[in-house]
Parts: sequence; structure tokens; C-alpha cells
Amino acid sequence: MAIRRRTGFLDPVRERVEVLERRVLGDDAGPVARRTFNRGLSAVIVGFLGMLILAPLYGFSVAAILAWLVFVVLYVPPWEVIPRVGRFVRPLLALSLAATYPFYALNMFTIPIFGAFPDVATGVKMLVFAMMAIGLNIVVGYAGLLDLGYVAFYAIGSYTVAWFASIQFAHQNIHFWPAGVPSSLPGIHISIWLLLALAGILTAIVGVIIGLPTLRLRGDYLAIVTLGFGEIMPQVARNGDDFFGTGFNLTNGPNGITPIDSPGFGSFTFLAGHGSFFTPDRLFFWTAILLVLFTVFCSLRLRDSRLGRAWIAIREDETAAAAMGVPLMRTKTWAYAAGAFFGGIAGGYYASFKSATFPGDFFFNISVLILCMVILGGMGNIWGVMVGALFLEYLDSEGLANTGAWLNSNLGLNIDVPKYEFGIFGLILVVVMLFRPQGLIPSARRKAEFEVGVHDEPLYNATHG
Amino acid sequence: MVTEARRPPLPLLRNRPSFTTVGGLTLVALLIVWLIVNLVKTPSDFAEIFLIGLTTGCIYALVALGYTLVYGILQLINFAHGDVFMLGAMMSATVAASVFGLTSGQSGVVVWLAVFGTLIIAMAFCGTLNATIEFVAYRPLRNAPRLAPLITAIGVSFILQNVGLAWKGPNYIEVVDVLPKSQVFDIGGVTYTWNKLIVVLITVPVLILLVWLVERTRQGKAMRATAQDMDASAMMGINVNRTISFTFLIAGALAGAAGLLYALYVTNVRYDQGFQLGLIAFTAAVLGGVGNLPGAVLGAICIGLIQAFNEGLTWHAPGSDWTQSIVFAILILILVFRPEGLLGERTPEGG
Repeated sequence: MAIRRRTGFLDPVRERVEVLERRVLGDDAGPVARRTFNRGLSAVIVGFLGMLILAPLYGFSVAAILAWLVFVVLYVPPWEVIPRVGRFVRPLLALSLAATYPFYALNMFTIPIFGAFPDVATGVKMLVFAMMAIGLNIVVGYAGLLDLGYVAFYAIGSYTVAWFASIQFAHQNIHFWPAGVPSSLPGIHISIWLLLALAGILTAIVGVIIGLPTLRLRGDYLAIVTLGFGEIMPQVARNGDDFFGTGFNLTNGPNGITPIDSPGFGSFTFLAGHGSFFTPDRLFFWTAILLVLFTVFCSLRLRDSRLGRAWIAIREDETAAAAMGVPLMRTKTWAYAAGAFFGGIAGGYYASFKSATFPGDFFFNISVLILCMVILGGMGNIWGVMVGALFLEYLDSEGLANTGAWLNSNLGLNIDVPKYEFGIFGLILVVVMLFRPQGLIPSARRKAEFEVGVHDEPLYNATHG
Repeated sequence: MVTEARRPPLPLLRNRPSFTTVGGLTLVALLIVWLIVNLVKTPSDFAEIFLIGLTTGCIYALVALGYTLVYGILQLINFAHGDVFMLGAMMSATVAASVFGLTSGQSGVVVWLAVFGTLIIAMAFCGTLNATIEFVAYRPLRNAPRLAPLITAIGVSFILQNVGLAWKGPNYIEVVDVLPKSQVFDIGGVTYTWNKLIVVLITVPVLILLVWLVERTRQGKAMRATAQDMDASAMMGINVNRTISFTFLIAGALAGAAGLLYALYVTNVRYDQGFQLGLIAFTAAVLGGVGNLPGAVLGAICIGLIQAFNEGLTWHAPGSDWTQSIVFAILILILVFRPEGLLGERTPEGG
């Protein structure tokens, strides 16, 4: 397979930058210095462009300058050269920024075209979808199995929490450490924290059950089977209020199950909050951050484990991996189970946050939305996937409406932009696949696969992404 | 187009019936029992529903052939195919009403000429559209990992849906109702109406034409050769890119014909119907054995019948709420028990 060399329109710019770099740093500068120089340059360019666009539109904004400074501190200095603690600096800085987001969310500047920063409730949604995207990334990014029915896992997680923390089964009366639920309330009420674990495990089991018969199939057949499961799931949820006329109400049909208990401890619930500091949104937001952290941690550890390397081997060449003694079925099933696990937890948590679950939430669209997050961000790279998920979910819940309003008022159009949401996501899929198949923030290894191809040349030299 | 290299059967595994064989046969047996009981209980309903299923099966067959043609040559599930079909149906509805000025209930020779004209326009439109999609979205990814064109296909499908949404809005659009509903025959209460017969009458010549094209012409030979081995056919002087474009053109034209028939037979279209129907048609293609032309037709008729039986029969039928679930369950079961399909051969992909 021939190596395709793209000559991009940015190439002349790149050449100029290299010349400049040599002039400033000299000919024998180390890689760290060069990287820092490049990052500094791009930070300056971003700041300059930002000023150029922001200042005439919105005037002088302190928050925007602060945001730029934070970006510079995070991005430019070569933190990783500090021994031991260096590699934690950037994640920790980003984490503290995220954790304190509820305090400054309302004081942020307005982004041109996209409008205001997302509010904290949207932030919860973004984090939940980030979790799902990281889960799907295990299946698609690591193991290279296209899963078009990831929404099924989300649905199972949601319904697990809904069944065991609501009055859905009213003839039962089981209480097990629920938060703020009077013991007279009928139905099953189990602590949400336990249910999240249960949702994850149950979903993982379902993942294995779906996986076992279908993982024998390769690539596209697997995609269509998972799609089938993803389509069956909402139909079961919709028709589940009366299974084949037996009268058994499992899912309460199109009305969905609502309300669902809120997470909490003892008599303290997230829904009620505590004072003006612990508002419900903030509590849900911080918990979501913890869950995302947990997902990222597991995902990173899994990637570097023996299992993770087996996934990558299968992704690059299944036959060769099998010949090297990687057990295909078991490895793929584990990928499915792991991906499903996080999807289940995320779905359960989201159901508890919304206090409801409806069959309409689980259509094929959502599978594609999550897939789009993984693809846009960069298959296989957790940070890329996270950025993709946060950005697309922001677009999904606030951004597109804002952008549409901006377009309509400034260009004199009259288009209902959110109506075409999934067309836009489809366009993103196509454009990314055609022009940057490795995604915005690719993992080095995945990038090499897309540029060089995987079947003919072994990638012994590819560095780990 | 049976394409992949044949594997010799594994002699060791042939003697004992495996769990999957037994399980699969049990399911088929249960299905047959269910059908027979229904037949005995309500014979005339059964016959009527059978005829309905045959008609929908014909429409599915046209769409399924498009999937199977494209899969045979590129090993790509063209998710956008169903949406091409949907746009074809919308195009037919528009052309029939605006260009030829048909109105509901109209009859006479004019109607036949107009329907024929619409058929040609819809086929040309969908064929061009499909070939363009191939040129823009799939051709640049010819050498990319197989995941890449698949993901692109999903993206294209969503784009086309939104084109339909922008064009005709989110609601069902009414199509002129011109196919006569008078009876062809009435045997013991079993009626067969002209609008059903016309669907069959248009489908069958199109199928014969397609088989002739693939089996007898030079271009068809090139298609089969490309499906078998792209590199080798390129070395033999076949213009592979042109052949693939041609295949997409044919597949699109079939989708266009299906779109017209669907629009006139069902008389309403919505922007998101294509994807669902496309998945059902793909199931049909898999049921018959992907890459196998007669298989696709057989599978489509089976799926059409199963759908009609499920929605129409009264004794222990799950009903239309479950149609999709049943179709996808069939898809999954087929892939588990007999990945090569009813008529297909075992391929490295499926087995």
C-alpha cells in the first residue's frame, strides 16, 4: 500500500515557522525547546486572533485575557520535563479548572458565534457523554470494533437505575440505604451509588451476552449486529409496558419511568442540595467529574495493560494477533464488557440526574452522536475523545441553538439550525474521515495506521499514543 | 456475485450436529408450526396477507439488490442506500405531481405514461446521486482501514436524511394515489388488487434486466471480476474505478425504482423512512447471502412475508409494534446460525 503524502495548504506556513524556529533557537536545539517554541508561538497566535475577533465584537474583557493566560500556563511550558511530578501538572491544572467551573461559569466572556459558556447543568450532560465516549473509545478506538448500538448500554444503565430507585414496581417495598426516601414510599429504592455499580456490572454482562455470538463476525457485520441491538432496545422499552398482552409492565412504555431517586447520603439528597453553596447542579457536576476521572483512570490503565495491548494488536491485524496467540474471542469480549460497563454507569447516573428515563432517549441518533465524539476527537486517544465529547455535547445542548441564532441575526437567514443537528454531525463524520481520519487530537499510533495502512507494514517504530 | 475464495469444508465438524444447527432448526420449526396453525385457523386471511407480503417483498428486493451489489464489489455496507431510496421516493412524488400533473384517482393511458416517465427520472436521479456519493465520499477512502468508509457511509446517510428534511419538512408528505385498486381476481374471498400486481409487474422486468446485465454483458463481467479481485482485474485492463461507479449507478437506479413503487403503493413518504427500510432491506440481503443476487431477492421476499405475517395474522402474532425488533432479531440469528445466508457460500468475512 502506497504511503500517501498530503500536501496541505498549511505547508508554506509550516516552512516559515521552521525557518523562524532555527533563527531563534539555533540549529542544534533539543526537541523540548522546539516544542515549547512552537507551542508558545501558537499561543501567541491564538491570543492575537482572539483579540482581533473578540475586542471589536465585545470590547475589552478581563475574563477573556485570564482565560488566555490560563491556556498559556497549561499549554506552553514543558511541564513534562520536571521529574516525577511533571506529567501530573497539566491534568491536575485542567482538573482544578474543571472542578471550580461552577464558580466562574457565569462570569465568563462570550465566545464569538458560539455564545455564552455552558451552564453547570449542561456541564453535567457534557461530562456524562464524555464518560460514554471514553467507554465507546475502548471498543472502537482500542479494539477497532465498530459498535453502532452503544446506546443500548446507555439504555440498560438508565433502566437499571430507574427500576431499582423509583416507584415503578409499586407492589414491592424494598428499601436499601436510599437517600431521602420516606420508608412508606412503595417500590424498590436502593442507594444510587450501589445502583451505579450494579448498572455497570449488569450492562457489562449484557455486553458479553451480545458480544459472544456476534464477535466471531468481522468488522462491518459486527457493526450491523450492534446496530440491530441498538434498534431493538428502544422498541423493547417503548412496548415494554405490556409484553405481548401479558399485562406485565416492565418499562412503563412511552411515558418512561419518572421520578427517579436522587443520589445522596442519609437524608441529604443532591436534588435538595444544601444552602447556596451546594446547589443540586454543582453536586451533580462534581460527582460527574469524579466519575469521569474514574473512567479515564480505568481506561488509561486498561490501555497499558496486557489486555489493552492485545486490543491494539487485534485492531491492527486480527490474523497476525491470533497467530501470536492472542485469544480473539476473549479479548474482544472484554473490550465489549469494558466499554459497556462505563456506558451503563454513565446511563444510570444520567437517569438519576434527569430523574427520568424515556424510550425516546435511546434512538440510533445517540449512538451516532457518541461515535461522532470518538471520531472527531481522535480514535484511541482519551484526551481527544474527551474534548470531542465535551464539544459535541455542548453543541447538542446549547451551542447549535446559539450558533443558529447568531447566523440568523447576522446573515439575515431564517434556518432552524438545531433541526439539522444530525445532518451536521453526519457532515462532521464525513469531513473528519475524508480529511483527518485520525481525528483532531490523534494518538500517534492510530495516526500512523490511517496514513500508512495497517496490513502490509508492521508498525514496530510507532510510538505509543 | 459469489465472490470470495471458497474454503474446503472442515471434515471433522460435519458429523455431529452442533448446538447452533439444532438451535437454528428448532427456531425454523417453531416458525413453521406457527404459520401452519395460522393457516388452518384463518386460511383466507392468510392468503391475503401472503399477497401483501409478496408485494412489500418486491420493493425490499429492489433495495436489497443495491446493498448486495455494492457489498459484493467493495465489501462496504452502504448505509446511505436507504436514504437514496427515500430521496427517490420523494423525487417520484414531486415529479408525478408537479411535472406530469397527476392527481389522485386519475386513470387512463396518461397515467401509465406518466408513471413510466417518473420511473425513468427517479432511476436516473438516484443512480446519479449514488454514483456521486461514491465519488465524493467513498473513493478517497479506497485504501483506508475498512472502518473509515463505513463511518463515512453513516455520515452520508444522516446528511441525506437532512436533505430530505430540508426539502419536504418533518411530516409525512402525501403522494398522488394513481394506482388502481380494482380487483385482479377474487377467489373464495381472497382478493388481489391491481396496485399490488403493478408493483410485481414493474419489479420483475427490472430484475431480469439486472440479471442479464450482470451475467451476460461485458460491463457485468467487469463487475464480477472487480468483485472477485480488484487488483487482478485492474491488471487485466478493467477500469476498476469506472466499474465501481457503474455499480453504484445501477444500485442507485434500483433504489430509484423502489422509491417510485413505494411512493405510489404506500402513498406517503417521510424523511426518516429510508434509513429504517434500508436496514430491513439490508437484513434481507444478509438473509439471502450478501453478494448473491438471487439470494437478495429471496431474502427480501422472506422478510416481506414475515413482516406481513407478523402484522396481519391474529394467532400469537407480536404485531406491528415489534416488526423492527423481529427483523433485527432475524438479522442477528442469521449471522449467528448461518452467516453465509440462505443461498450464499461461506466467506472469510461471514464465517
